[in-house]
Amino acid sequence: MQRFSSTGPATSPAPVGEAENVSKTFGETRALVDVSLAVNAGECHALVGRNGAGKSTLVSLFTGLQRPDAGAIRLAGQSAPGLADRGAWLARVACVYQKSMVVPPLTVAENVFLNRPVGDRRSLVDWKRMRAEAHELMLDWGFDIDVDQEASTLTVEQRQIVEIARALSIGARFLILDEPTAALEKAAVDRLFERVRRLREGGVGVLYISHHLEEIYEICQRVTVLRDGELVLTGNVGDIGLAQLIAAMVGSAPPRRATEIEAARTAVLGETSLEIKGLNVASRSGSVYDVDLTVRAGECVGLVGLRGSGSSTVGDAVAGLLKPRGGSIVARGVVGYVPQDRHQRGFAPQLGVDENLTHTVLGRISGRFGVVSTRRRTEVATREVQRLQIVARTLDQPVSSLSGGNQQKVVVGRALAAEPAVLVAINPTVGVDVASKEALLDGIARVRDRGVAVLLISDDFEDLRVCTRLLVMVRGRITASFDRPPWDRQQLISAVEGLEVAV
Amino acid sequence: MAESAVKTKAAPAPGVGRRDFRFLVLKWFRELTLVPVIVVLMIAGAVVNPVFFTPSNLINVAEGGAALGMVVVAESLILLTGKFDISLQGTFGLAPLLGAWLVAPKASEGLGTELSPWLGLLVVFLVGLVVGTFNGVLVIKANFNAFIFTLAMSILLTGLQLGWLGGQTVYNLPEAFIYLGAESWFGVPVAVWVTIATFAVASWFLRYHRIGRAMYAIGGNLEAARAAGISVDRIRIGVFMVASVLAAIGGLMQAGRVTAVTAGQGSNLIFSVFAAAVIGGIALEGGRGRMIGALTGVILLSLVTNILTLSNVSSTWIDAVDGAIILIALGLAKLIGTERA
Repeated sequence: MQRFSSTGPATSPAPVGEAENVSKTFGETRALVDVSLAVNAGECHALVGRNGAGKSTLVSLFTGLQRPDAGAIRLAGQSAPGLADRGAWLARVACVYQKSMVVPPLTVAENVFLNRPVGDRRSLVDWKRMRAEAHELMLDWGFDIDVDQEASTLTVEQRQIVEIARALSIGARFLILDEPTAALEKAAVDRLFERVRRLREGGVGVLYISHHLEEIYEICQRVTVLRDGELVLTGNVGDIGLAQLIAAMVGSAPPRRATEIEAARTAVLGETSLEIKGLNVASRSGSVYDVDLTVRAGECVGLVGLRGSGSSTVGDAVAGLLKPRGGSIVARGVVGYVPQDRHQRGFAPQLGVDENLTHTVLGRISGRFGVVSTRRRTEVATREVQRLQIVARTLDQPVSSLSGGNQQKVVVGRALAAEPAVLVAINPTVGVDVASKEALLDGIARVRDRGVAVLLISDDFEDLRVCTRLLVMVRGRITASFDRPPWDRQQLISAVEGLEVAV
Repeated sequence: MAESAVKTKAAPAPGVGRRDFRFLVLKWFRELTLVPVIVVLMIAGAVVNPVFFTPSNLINVAEGGAALGMVVVAESLILLTGKFDISLQGTFGLAPLLGAWLVAPKASEGLGTELSPWLGLLVVFLVGLVVGTFNGVLVIKANFNAFIFTLAMSILLTGLQLGWLGGQTVYNLPEAFIYLGAESWFGVPVAVWVTIATFAVASWFLRYHRIGRAMYAIGGNLEAARAAGISVDRIRIGVFMVASVLAAIGGLMQAGRVTAVTAGQGSNLIFSVFAAAVIGGIALEGGRGRMIGALTGVILLSLVTNILTLSNVSSTWIDAVDGAIILIALGLAKLIGTERA
C-alpha cells in the first residue's frame, strides 16, 4: 500500500464522515477489507476505483443502508446511529445515489421535499410554500424546471438535478455524490461543480465518486483509490499524477498482460455486415449521440465504455429493443443478441436448456402447423452445448439450476443458434468464473473466424482480447479508436475514463 | 446532437403562481374522464324510464353506491401504495354477519344473548381490524404475494360466513345496529352522508397529510421512499388495517339497507370495486390516482346497475351488459390516460 503523507490543513477537529478500519463481506466476496477514510469539513474527497472495487459498499456503510462487519463509521465525530433510525442518518448524510430515487407520479416540488415538512406544521403539507421553496431552489441553480411538473415527464438529466437539489437542500454537513455526472451534460456538470465549491466553502464535506478522473483534478483536494476492496492509495490530489492514479486503479496484472492485452489474430475481412450511421438514441442508461460504426464479416469490434456512456444503448438499438431518434442501422442478415442482464432478458429460468437454446429458432425447428420437432430441437441444442461447452446433466435441465457461467453460455448459445450474420454481445462474461469466461470468449472468437460480424460491448478488458478493433465511448460519443491489437492498458483506460491522452 | 432538455437560461423563470392552464386542464381531465359518460348515462336513464329522475330513485342509486363506495375507498388506498386486497369482499360480508349474529334474537338466527347492539358494532369493527392486520403483516412483512394470499383469505372469509350459520340469513336486527344503513338525515340516507364524508376525508388526507403523500411515494418508487426515511412497512400495514375496517363499515351499511345479513353478502363485490377504482383513474401499479376519480367510478357503476334494472333488461343479461359497459369505460379511461401531458 502506498500512502502519501500530507492530509491537508487540519481545519476542523472532527471529520464530517469517517470510516475506521471497516470491513464488509458478502458471502464469499470480500467487498471491503480494513478500509479507513475520513472526509473533513470543507473538503471534497474523491473516491475512485474500477467496478467492483468496493465503492458502492463503502457508500452503503456511510449512508446507513448496511452495517460494517468490523470497524466503525463515525459522523461528525459521533458514532453512527442504528440502522433503523433513518431520520438520524438523513440529518447527517445526504446522498445522490447511482440508481434513480425520483418518484415518477409526484411533482418536482414534492420530489425535492420528499418526506420533509416545509413550513411550521409537521404533519400537513403546505403546498404553496413547498412549491415556492422548490422554485427558489431551482432558480438558485439556474435550472428552468417547472416545479409543478410530474417527475415522470422529466429527462434523465432533469431527474438527476431533482435528486441533487434534494440532497443539497437537506442541509447535511456530509454529502455523498455517487457518480452524479454520469448522465449530465457539460454545462450542467459545470454548474454542479460551482455548487460543490460553494458548499465546500460553507464547511460541507463531500465524498465524490466518479469514473471521470479529470473531474477529480478539477474539484477535489484529496483522493482515495480502492481496488478489490482494499485501499491502495490515498493522498492530496496535487501530489498524485494521473498515471499514478490509473496504475493504482488497475493494479499489477499478471506479468504477461501487464501492459498489453493479448491480441486476436487478424482474420481476413469480408463484406460490411453491420452499418450504423448518425445514430442518436435517448435512453435512461446512457443516451447516444451521432455514432457511426461499421462491422465487417469476420471482424470483432469492441465497443468500450463506462456504465452510462451509451455503449450498451448502441447494442440495444442494434438488437431493435430501443427506437433510435435519428440515424440508421443496417444489418445484413440475422442479428444475434446477448443482453446485458441475463436474468432479466436472457432466459426463461424454469425452462430447460434445450428450450432456451432454441427460442430464437422456433420457426426453423417446427414443422407444418407450428408443431415443434423435438428431434430438431435436440440437434440444435446439442450443437450449441458442444460449441460453448455447456455443463448440464441433461438437455432439459432447467436453466435456473445451472451455474452462472453455464446460464450465460445458454444466453450466448441462444443468440448463436439462429446462425446470425451479426452478433451483438453486451458484457457477455460478466459475473462468470474463469473457465466459463474462456469457453464463452472462445465461442465468440470461433464464430468471428467463421465470418460473423461481432459487436462486443464490454467494460471488462479481458473480453477485448477477441476483438480486432476497439472503439471507445465517452458520454454518448465515440471518442477514440484503437485499430490494431495489442492494446495498451494505460492508454485504453485513459481513453475510457475520458482523459485527453494521445492514442 | 445533445438534447438540451436542461435549459441554461435562468429567465424567463416559471413563476410560482403561473400554473400552465393547459397542464391544469389535462390534470383534471384525467380525474373527470367519466363525467361526460355519467351525463350520457343520466340522459339515457331519463329516456329509458321516467322514474329515473324521481328523487326516490336517485336516492336509491346513492344508497346502492354508498356501500360499494366504502370498499372502493378502501381498495384505492391500498392500490395507491402499490398492493391490493381481494379479501375486502370477505370482510364486507363476514364482519357484519358476526356482529349481527351476536346481537340478534335466537328466533332470527342470532345467538339470542340479546347483548347491547353496540357490542355488535364493536365486533364488526374488530373483525375488520383483525383481518386487515393479518393481511397487512403477512403481505408486507412476510412478503406473501398479495394476489394469491388475499384471494385465499377471501375464500376463507366467505366460507366462514357461509358455514357459521349454515347458509342462513340473520334478520330482525336491533335498531342501533342498522342505523347506518336504514336511517336518513334531511331525506338522504345516513350511509350516503358517511360515504361522501369518507371520500372527502380520504381525499384531504391524501392531498395534505404527510402520510397521505408518503403513500403516493411508496406506490411510485418504493426504494426512493425508503431512502427518504419513510416508514414504508408501517404505513403499508396501516393502510391494510384501515381498508379492512372501511370494508367492514361498508358491509354494515349493506346490512342496514336490507335489515339483514345474508350468507352471500359481498360475494363478487370485489370485481365492481376494482372496476370502479380503475376506471376512476386509480393505477393498478400504484402511486397514481385520486379519490375524486374513484368517486366518479362508483357513481358510474351505480347508475349502470340502476338503469339496467329500470329498463327491464332481463336479469339474466344484466351481468353481460354490466361487463360490457365496464370494458367501454376502461377503454375510454385508457384513451384519456395516455393522452396526458
